[in-house]
Amino acid sequence: MSISRRKFLGWMGAAGATATVGKSAKAASNKHFTGYPEGLGVLHDITACVGCRECEAACNKVNELPEPDKPFKDTSVLDQKRSATTKAYTVVNKYDAPSKAKAPVFRKMQCNHCLEPACASVCFVAAFSKQPAGPVVYDPTVCVGCRYCMIACPFEIPTYEYDDPFTPEVKKCTMCAPRIANGQLPGCVEACPKEALIFGKRDNLLKIAKEKIRKHPDRYIDHVYGEHEMGGTSWLYISGVPFNEVGMREDLGVTPAPSLTSGALHVVPMIVGLWPVFLAGMYGMTKRREKIAVEEKKKAVSHALEKANSEAEEKLALALEKANQDKEKALKQAQQEKEKAVKEALASTAETKPAKEDS
Amino acid sequence: MSEQLISENKTLFTPFNVIAGIIVIIGLVITFLRFTKGLGTVTNLSDTSPWGIWIGFDLMCGVALAAGGYTVSSACYVFGMKKYHAAVRPAILTAFLGYATVLVSLVYDVGRPVRLAMAYPFVVQQGTTSLLFEVGLCVMIYLSVLFLEFTPIPLEWLGLKKIRNIMIKLTMVLTIFGVVLSTLHQSSLGALFLIAPSKLHPLWYSPYIAVYFFVSSIIAGLSMVIFEGTLSHKAFHGKMDKTYLEEHDPLVLQFGKAASLVLAGYFSIKIIGIAADNNWHLLVTPYGLWFLVELLGFVALPCFLYAIGARDKNLKLIRFTAGWTVFGIVLNRLNVSLIAFNWQKPLSERYIPSLMEIGLSVFMVTALIIAFKFIATNMPVFHEHPDYKETH
Amino acid sequence: MEHTFYTLQEFMLHTESVTYIILAIILLGVLGFWLFLTEYDD
Repeated sequence: MSISRRKFLGWMGAAGATATVGKSAKAASNKHFTGYPEGLGVLHDITACVGCRECEAACNKVNELPEPDKPFKDTSVLDQKRSATTKAYTVVNKYDAPSKAKAPVFRKMQCNHCLEPACASVCFVAAFSKQPAGPVVYDPTVCVGCRYCMIACPFEIPTYEYDDPFTPEVKKCTMCAPRIANGQLPGCVEACPKEALIFGKRDNLLKIAKEKIRKHPDRYIDHVYGEHEMGGTSWLYISGVPFNEVGMREDLGVTPAPSLTSGALHVVPMIVGLWPVFLAGMYGMTKRREKIAVEEKKKAVSHALEKANSEAEEKLALALEKANQDKEKALKQAQQEKEKAVKEALASTAETKPAKEDS
Repeated sequence: MSEQLISENKTLFTPFNVIAGIIVIIGLVITFLRFTKGLGTVTNLSDTSPWGIWIGFDLMCGVALAAGGYTVSSACYVFGMKKYHAAVRPAILTAFLGYATVLVSLVYDVGRPVRLAMAYPFVVQQGTTSLLFEVGLCVMIYLSVLFLEFTPIPLEWLGLKKIRNIMIKLTMVLTIFGVVLSTLHQSSLGALFLIAPSKLHPLWYSPYIAVYFFVSSIIAGLSMVIFEGTLSHKAFHGKMDKTYLEEHDPLVLQFGKAASLVLAGYFSIKIIGIAADNNWHLLVTPYGLWFLVELLGFVALPCFLYAIGARDKNLKLIRFTAGWTVFGIVLNRLNVSLIAFNWQKPLSERYIPSLMEIGLSVFMVTALIIAFKFIATNMPVFHEHPDYKETH
Repeated sequence: MEHTFYTLQEFMLHTESVTYIILAIILLGVLGFWLFLTEYDD
């Protein structure tokens, strides 16, 4: 315990000395993000963990959590697979790893404090934030309780106070952010009697982890869990058995959480910018088509009317002409008939005269 | 007097009213428990399954099935299908009530509903990197747009001609806003799951999931208009005017045809999705078979049935297919949010809704139907002008 | 004096916030522009 604390203070000093150098080497370009240069973390050496649950007890104490059903000395709880709860931010589980059949393997779990936290990415009130010192902290004063953080977290860490009807909160490990700010170690690290937990600058922890693996290739799997997983985490793990044998998912990929949704987010302004243009264009075309249709209809109607009119006029003219002709014909006929009648009348008078004379 | 009472009792205790009444009472009991004892008492939610059917069914399906609002109004006002003007009002009403129900469900589901009501994400602190922020913002604005789109009815009723005419002039702008907002939040509901590739089954998790949600919302919108029209026909035939009735059959035919077309496109891009992630081998797993049930049974089959119905002018088949498709959309949303979510976990660690959760969802649907029934009976929804109400 | 962002999350929180403000302006602007464009139409 004291060793790790002394080491910690030493690393803090080293971190301070190299701070300026580190900064210039990491001159961020806003194109590629490598996390806060001074970020702290914890290296969990799974091979060193003996499952004593001292870390759990310390966590319970420093976070002032309610007393558990079974005391922390009782290691029988290790027979069950447990996960963090609203009343226990960290738990140690026992695994019978197939590749190390002789003895069980113990692994501590808690929030991994991602460099690019999924919980922070999805929170619509930005209740989660990554502090420059390393911890991912939660602000209960703004939380609405949508629990999207719990959907998003690939490590299934955030827990929710479902039984609190009025002021439920998300609960998770804080990496003892208040203690770190005071220059203290996280509760679990301070309590670990086996140096299975080492606290320090994440960059240094990575070096230590890799050095350990290099020095003891027979003892460790050649992988630092958390170096790249989900874009990297502040908690790092080295293990003697494959990580999936101690309940750690190896299929998470290395994409930082915000990158998973950035594509969809970037489509939003394009839709807002272009959809109205497209729709207004469609509307304009529709309206124009309707206008043309109306005009064509009008034209057709007037044309039909015109046609009908002219036809009627023609008919009328024809009828008039015909009437005139008929009239003339009738007049002529009448004239002829008149003349004929006069002639006949004259002839008949001439005939009757001599007849009279005869009788 | 006594006779009147008896006749009133007779009309009050219809089978619908009795069943609805029982459901409402159960719903109120669950409501009381939820807000006094907490989510833990009422739901089967856990730390690994933080979203249950109130999100998976009430929110996801509710929003998808309310897509008729923007689908019909854009078809009518933007794409020039003015013929179907009479279908707009019922669709807008359904959408408005659907979204209102979604909002009420959220009040039950979130841990601090008061903060939701006070619009914390938009007023207090903006989590703009969250797709839920975008969904919430769009749903909130869209609900207002739907409300404005619906206002001509009461304004006509009250005889406020001037304001009504302004609102009618705004119809175009509101419709375009509605389409923009719907495109955004319908797609973003799918994009909510982009953050969890390790939890959602790869056949449903796709980089195209936002597009899938948007396109299937159009299908849901078209199908819901047909489906809901069929139900309304049975319930409110007396309330429908000549225009509505005359336009209804050609509308069913046209929308059936349109739905068939969109389903064909949806089917194609779903296949592309499998290819994009090289997930072919997963199709022969149990989840793959379930995926095929959804893809073939509820996308390809209704596409084909709609096509047959449109070709043969078989309205009965189109109406049946509309119901089938609506069920398919519900299945898809449940698959994404619940069934294929946490698929790697053993059944003992999986979420199964509690009876009270189901009870509350049934209560929500019932409340929606009661509200729709009330408005459709008392307000001019299926006929054009309230002034002419007496003549019908 | 360009601000340095150390995490993608922090960077996106900034850019998205700016984007949403611009989007609000765009939506209002589109409305005004549409009215301007079609002012003399019948």
